[in-house]
Amino acid sequence: MSKVILAVDDSASMRQMVRFTLSEEGYTVIEAADGREALGKLSPPLHLVITDLNMPNLDGIGLIRSIRANAACKGIPIVMLTTESQDARKQEGRSAGATGWIVKPFTRQQLVAVVKRLIG
Amino acid sequence: MSDRYRQAFEEEARELLGELEAALLELDQNRENPEIVGRAFRALHTIKGSGAMFGFDNIAAFTHDLETVFDRLRSGQLAASSELINLTLSAGDQIRAMLDAASGREEADADRSAAILAELRTLTGIAAPAGAPRPPQRVQASETNSQCRWRIHFRPGADVILGGTNPLLLLRELGELGRLEVALDSSAIPPLSEIDPERCYVAWDLTLTTAAPPEAIRDVFIFVEDSCDLAMEPVPIERAAAREPAESRSAAGRSGARASVTGAASSIRVSAEKLDQLVNLVGELVTVQARLSEISARRDDPDIVAVAEEIDRLTGALRENSMRIRMLPLRGTFERFRRLVHDLGIELHKHVELDIAGAETELDKTVIDQLNDPLVHLIRNSMDHGIETAEERRAAGKPPSGTIRLSAMHSGAQVLIRVSDDGRGLDAQAVRTRAVERGLVEPSAQLSESELFSLILAPGFSTAREVTDVSGRGVGMDVVRRNVEALRGSLEMAGKPGEGLTVTLRLPLTLAIIDGLLVRIGETHFILPLASSLECVELTARDIANAHGNRIAMVRGRTVPYIRLSEYLRLGTPRPEREQIMVMETEEGQVVDEVLGNHQTVIKNLGRLYRHVQTVSGATILGNGTVALILDPHRLVQGAIEAGRDRRGGPGRKRFAPAGSMQDVDTINAFTRKENSIHVS
Repeated sequence: MSKVILAVDDSASMRQMVRFTLSEEGYTVIEAADGREALGKLSPPLHLVITDLNMPNLDGIGLIRSIRANAACKGIPIVMLTTESQDARKQEGRSAGATGWIVKPFTRQQLVAVVKRLIG
Repeated sequence: MSDRYRQAFEEEARELLGELEAALLELDQNRENPEIVGRAFRALHTIKGSGAMFGFDNIAAFTHDLETVFDRLRSGQLAASSELINLTLSAGDQIRAMLDAASGREEADADRSAAILAELRTLTGIAAPAGAPRPPQRVQASETNSQCRWRIHFRPGADVILGGTNPLLLLRELGELGRLEVALDSSAIPPLSEIDPERCYVAWDLTLTTAAPPEAIRDVFIFVEDSCDLAMEPVPIERAAAREPAESRSAAGRSGARASVTGAASSIRVSAEKLDQLVNLVGELVTVQARLSEISARRDDPDIVAVAEEIDRLTGALRENSMRIRMLPLRGTFERFRRLVHDLGIELHKHVELDIAGAETELDKTVIDQLNDPLVHLIRNSMDHGIETAEERRAAGKPPSGTIRLSAMHSGAQVLIRVSDDGRGLDAQAVRTRAVERGLVEPSAQLSESELFSLILAPGFSTAREVTDVSGRGVGMDVVRRNVEALRGSLEMAGKPGEGLTVTLRLPLTLAIIDGLLVRIGETHFILPLASSLECVELTARDIANAHGNRIAMVRGRTVPYIRLSEYLRLGTPRPEREQIMVMETEEGQVVDEVLGNHQTVIKNLGRLYRHVQTVSGATILGNGTVALILDPHRLVQGAIEAGRDRRGGPGRKRFAPAGSMQDVDTINAFTRKENSIHVS
């Protein structure tokens, strides 16, 4: 069965890019437009969460904290999407419990490499 | 990046610009509202981030400063002014113009962009960016082909798995960079009672030979580098070693024997007697080790447990190694039969070719020594009774010369040796007639083909119409069967009339020490060979109820007929509340009270008095000094089927008798009552 990835980003074009790229690699991608919507989609099967940091309603940091506090998603890998200028935010995300990160702008190959590193 | 994404971005960016505009106009009315500043910031942030992703570098660069300004507004370092709001509104118009330009309309005015940014800097005092955002980094394999070897010590943080990282995937990724040798460092694993299964206690020592630059290696660990111990050092590689990749650690042990064949023949001759002594000593050691394990399990002292486990592992390795020394390939034995086939062919006026396969298969020397006679017998049988004369073969549409195929292969802890011919095969009807003549079965008995074939193995049975010099004197297959059984093996026959016959000998790899499964029935312990068992499951009360008195259990949808050993051996023990069924590879089960676990079993031969006991293949000494019988599951099943047939004389469906033959049962019972009186040698 293919692994399920939740892509959380308020930018529809980012979500589309993530979905197309990872679908081509055989993953199943579900989407959420912000952290609050993502909270409703954390039920298994779910193998990886990719989240942007700046989002309305519930931002990436808040989402990461909620996931780490949720026993049903114990140990799930979380990748955050950051930008060069957001070093402090990156640190905040890591201490909240993010597993890894990708710095925007990134190539599709980089995205696939990070996903493979974390869930094979 | 494909146009599909560019178009999606354009649409999204226009929406975001609308959102930015709305936020700015609200902000003008309500300067202090952080929620509105946040909306404007997020719109700019997404335009910048996605713009860079999809190739709108000019938009990303232009938006960068605006994003910085709104980030500061958000954190309160700057205050919103109507000048700033107006400037940002015109910046939004400029971004829209850039989007228009990208979709082929008139070019955006670069001077206007620069003017807006200059004004923004004067207004807010932010510095010009140090440079354009760094282009995407891509790890590139080094152009030069020079291989480097790295020694890497990697100890992930204890919470690595909870943090979402599977360290094994990192090792796999590392393996993609080159040739990776992995050694586990398990020294930090605490005693079982203190283990938290969600924490990681292990570390790895890795040796990577790769052409990739060190940055690429570090990049694999980038997500965990802050939380793990990671040490990397280059090690020199010798040219020869680089050219001939050594096998990884786990494989090295197995391939050891093969490597010595290709290498210079550095072997020494040792008398078989010395090897026997070594194996005997290892056997003693295994017995003592079992006692140590028993004691350590009782004491529950982590120090002793650690030592006992280490000794257990070492004894196992020592046992395997010393057994391997006694292994010889079957080639010598097999090749000798070429001459036999040639000579017999002349005698019988038949042309027969001998086809040998799997001659490199290794078997314990003691087993090989005793294998010659049964194989000679089987080949003679095939030559004499199996293969037809050239005329008969032509008439049957077969090539005039016959083929006998002698093959060997491993199957778990057993070796299968097959003798098959393309002769006339077995005539089930002739077998039946003969069996009735000899009084082996009732004329009315209904027997399946395999049951008929098994009759050939009965003493004094032969289907040869004429008695020749070669075979067919009635001392047929039963002698072969006895020889094979003396080696703790078994015999199967299969074939179709007219197409040939295959006889399969199933032999244990060794006669000295095996991996056993220790089981308990009442107060008595028995050993079942681990190699022939598939799984242990609980025999539930529902299974028993559903079977309506038959001894049949459903295991994962399969029907498994079973023998309840306590009743089969008439041990008279009460049925416990819970029983366990051991499913054998042949999909039959043995039901015991409890499966206690693995046991390295030194096989001791039973004294002469117990030779006739079919279902017991030996005895062993347990850790607490008592003796346990080693049961032979195949013979248990055979015995149960035979006893079931005797009882019902009925159809050939597999039906197990609830109790075994009286002779075996009496002996085993006598043993369990007074196990110390038994003589083991």
